[in-house]
Amino acid sequence: MTATTLRHRSLKTSAIALGLAIALSAPAAAADLVISNWDGYMAPDAMAAFKAATGVSGEVVVHATNEEIMGKLVASGGKGYDVVFVSSPFAEVLNKLGLIETIDHAKVPNLANLYPEAAKLPHDVGNNFSVPYTWGTTGLCYRSDLVKTEPASWNDLLAPSDALKGKTTMLATDRWLLAAGQLAKGYSVNETDPAKLAEVKDLLISAKKTLLAYDDTTFYSKLISGEALMVQAWDGWCNYGIAENPQIKYTIPKEGSDLWVDTMVVMKASANKDAAFQFINFMLDAKNHAWAAQNIDYKVPNKPAMESLPADFLAKFPNMSMPVAELVKFEQLRDVGDAQRDYSKIVSEIKAAQ
Amino acid sequence: MRSFVPSRSSLLMAPALAWLTALMVVPCALVLALAFFRRGIYGGIEYSFTLENFGLVLDPLYASIFLNSARIAGAATLIAVVIGYAAAYAIAAAPRRWQPVFLFFSVLPFWSNYLIRTYAWIVLLNREGLITQLLRWFGYTGEPPSMLYTEGAVIAGLVYNYLPFVILACYAPLSRLNPELAEASRDLGASAMTTFRRVILPLTVPGIAAGAVFVFVLSIGNFVTPALLGGGRFQMIGNLVYDQFLTANDWPFGAALAMALIAIMLLVLTAQALAADRAAGRVAEAKGGADD
Amino acid sequence: MTSSPARIFGLRTTLVLVFAFLYIPIAVVVALSFNQGGLPTVWSGFSLKWYASLAGNAAILSAALNTLIVALVSTAIATLLGTLLAIGVEMRRQYGSGLEALIFAPMIIPDIVLAVALLSFFSMLDFTLGLHTIILAHVVFNLAFVCSVVRARLKSFDWSIVEASADLGASAVTTFRRVTLPVILPAVVAGALLAFTLSVDEFIIAFFTAGAGRASTTLPMQIYSMIRFGITPEINALSTMVMAVSITALTLSQRLNRGVIGQ
Repeated sequence: MTATTLRHRSLKTSAIALGLAIALSAPAAAADLVISNWDGYMAPDAMAAFKAATGVSGEVVVHATNEEIMGKLVASGGKGYDVVFVSSPFAEVLNKLGLIETIDHAKVPNLANLYPEAAKLPHDVGNNFSVPYTWGTTGLCYRSDLVKTEPASWNDLLAPSDALKGKTTMLATDRWLLAAGQLAKGYSVNETDPAKLAEVKDLLISAKKTLLAYDDTTFYSKLISGEALMVQAWDGWCNYGIAENPQIKYTIPKEGSDLWVDTMVVMKASANKDAAFQFINFMLDAKNHAWAAQNIDYKVPNKPAMESLPADFLAKFPNMSMPVAELVKFEQLRDVGDAQRDYSKIVSEIKAAQ
Repeated sequence: MRSFVPSRSSLLMAPALAWLTALMVVPCALVLALAFFRRGIYGGIEYSFTLENFGLVLDPLYASIFLNSARIAGAATLIAVVIGYAAAYAIAAAPRRWQPVFLFFSVLPFWSNYLIRTYAWIVLLNREGLITQLLRWFGYTGEPPSMLYTEGAVIAGLVYNYLPFVILACYAPLSRLNPELAEASRDLGASAMTTFRRVILPLTVPGIAAGAVFVFVLSIGNFVTPALLGGGRFQMIGNLVYDQFLTANDWPFGAALAMALIAIMLLVLTAQALAADRAAGRVAEAKGGADD
Repeated sequence: MTSSPARIFGLRTTLVLVFAFLYIPIAVVVALSFNQGGLPTVWSGFSLKWYASLAGNAAILSAALNTLIVALVSTAIATLLGTLLAIGVEMRRQYGSGLEALIFAPMIIPDIVLAVALLSFFSMLDFTLGLHTIILAHVVFNLAFVCSVVRARLKSFDWSIVEASADLGASAVTTFRRVTLPVILPAVVAGALLAFTLSVDEFIIAFFTAGAGRASTTLPMQIYSMIRFGITPEINALSTMVMAVSITALTLSQRLNRGVIGQ
């Protein structure tokens, strides 16, 4: 008797629990906007400020790399996302796939704050489908207290001195990893000639022998801890290291850099495009964009925002003051179309090499 | 009554089998089909028949990744089997009432999260990690050794994660081993080593094979351990499949790789079944011998 | 021979070394979760602050809730389907190797293959990804594990009792409730706990079948992204709590169904 009652009760409880759980697993009252961005790539209070200013609530989800969010967007047709932060070559691909919406300039009046150069970037002249959020260079980030001679060339990373062997890292993502080799060889960062790419591959395979790891998320903390002494880094991410240890310095090798541009795009599948444009406009507001720059230590392509940055901040991070005219001299990474398969294969070969 | 039972059993099985069909068989068949299509320039799928994805699997580059994965998985398997067998042997030799306890505690870590167990090795092996600290504490002053992001780290991670299963698989036949067999062998003048090699080991081959297959199959398809402990410096098949689906957007090629992984798994399972069959023959022989 | 001191010493040393190998890494993670300093490698005093910081981390709390939902729902469905499957299969007694393979496959198929297969499948059906797709996926392997645990129990079940009960006029439902269920109940609960543990820990399939954002991020996914962004004692604290949950569930399962896991 007791056993039966007990069983009945437990059956009933589990039925209730199951019902509850199913009810909970249904999508909860979601935010008006879903924004995907790199972790820590906007001011922590940005969404609260946006909600206070517009009444629109937004949820920020994070992706670790361009490739990761691209995979998700292609698999889902962009469903579930409204605004996505991706680097320019990936924005180009999303545009070619027809997954992103044309930017309605009337709804984003703050586009006027952009430097004129930022409206003429080769990947999207006239900001038709993407709005630049940050831009900068890729160079060498190193411990000036532990590296004896200041690095001057990409070859200082690719063929390091004995003291640096096993203490360097390179970026893991296809395009930037190859860019280091392409620049060292004096080639375009969008080179597709198989013979030249083969040279780049060989160079990077030989560089692998002296490498600690491929890393594009924690390289600056490896510098801080001393696990690594010189790393290939984006300027803004090197600043994270500089903020914790002023002995960390950033330099652009003599062979040059790419001009990388991280952009905001609006998904075609978004059900709330007006709010999405409102969000982009909010981010481009001079004060907000300057606040973002100071939070994430990256250069932003916003003229009034950059001009309002405090002097001590600029002094701390010398690469923030790089003149725009100099920055845009570098070549942008572009979508290379069919050659992307070759790029992927070369990167696989490099990573598989012993 | 008799004819009634099968139909009722079908009814009982139907929901689960339907679920497995819809969410495992059909998706896997779909992946197989995908492998015969072309990749669109921007990652989509072009519906025209091709065998080039399978050709690409055999390309020297990808073939070398397969071989390299097999090598790393093989090393992990070998080490796990040696340690696991020794542990299982020691457990089986322990007093009866302690055996379940030892067994339980050797399996327990297996049920903590895989990522956490891998993370533990980052904590141990990084250049400022615990092993370096210990070395310093013992008076070592030189350059800390670089242990993380090496092939050794990847293999250690795999062994650590899958060892409990080997212990479990090897313990089963060891615990069922008839002690009289070893005694008989000894009485016939065989040394302990010979007894082990000629009597105990052959009888426990099925357990070793089951454990080895498990470690090998899971290791070769793994992408988390090479990603976290290999610092991106090691490419295994699991990483390659992951890359094709989530970064390179080449689903057809990724599908072909996944099918190749399944083929390897089936191959290994067949080998295991054969080994078990042969061992079963030996058990029958040994039993017959012991009865004489 | 069985009691030669050298042999006993050798066996004991083996056990000690193996248990050291198995437990030291975990022990270090747990110990450093109570570390005061920010580096999860150097001990600098006892503190519970990382646990406090977990409690205030909304992303982790929501991931924990998601994990709980996925584990509970997928376990409930898998326990029902897996138990019925086990009874059906064992009742039938003679079964083809095709059926055996189908039931065995979810336990052995590499996670990455099932993950990409499901991703392609959902994507092709234009299914919106979310917690529900993770649940659908988790039931696949969970039901296979429940089934195998229950089947192990049924191997020694005397089916003539069922026939006798039917002959005495009991309905199929009554027979099940009064005869079959009491026998298999410990195995069903053990299987359910096993499934729950597997689901709580599962990462790869969830990673591939999850939708956008926090709404379908599970705890293992959260842990993975935290590990990729560097090591902090907060991960240690989270790891310790997750381990406590899985280990409790496993211990319960083992107690309820002595030996099944060890068989």
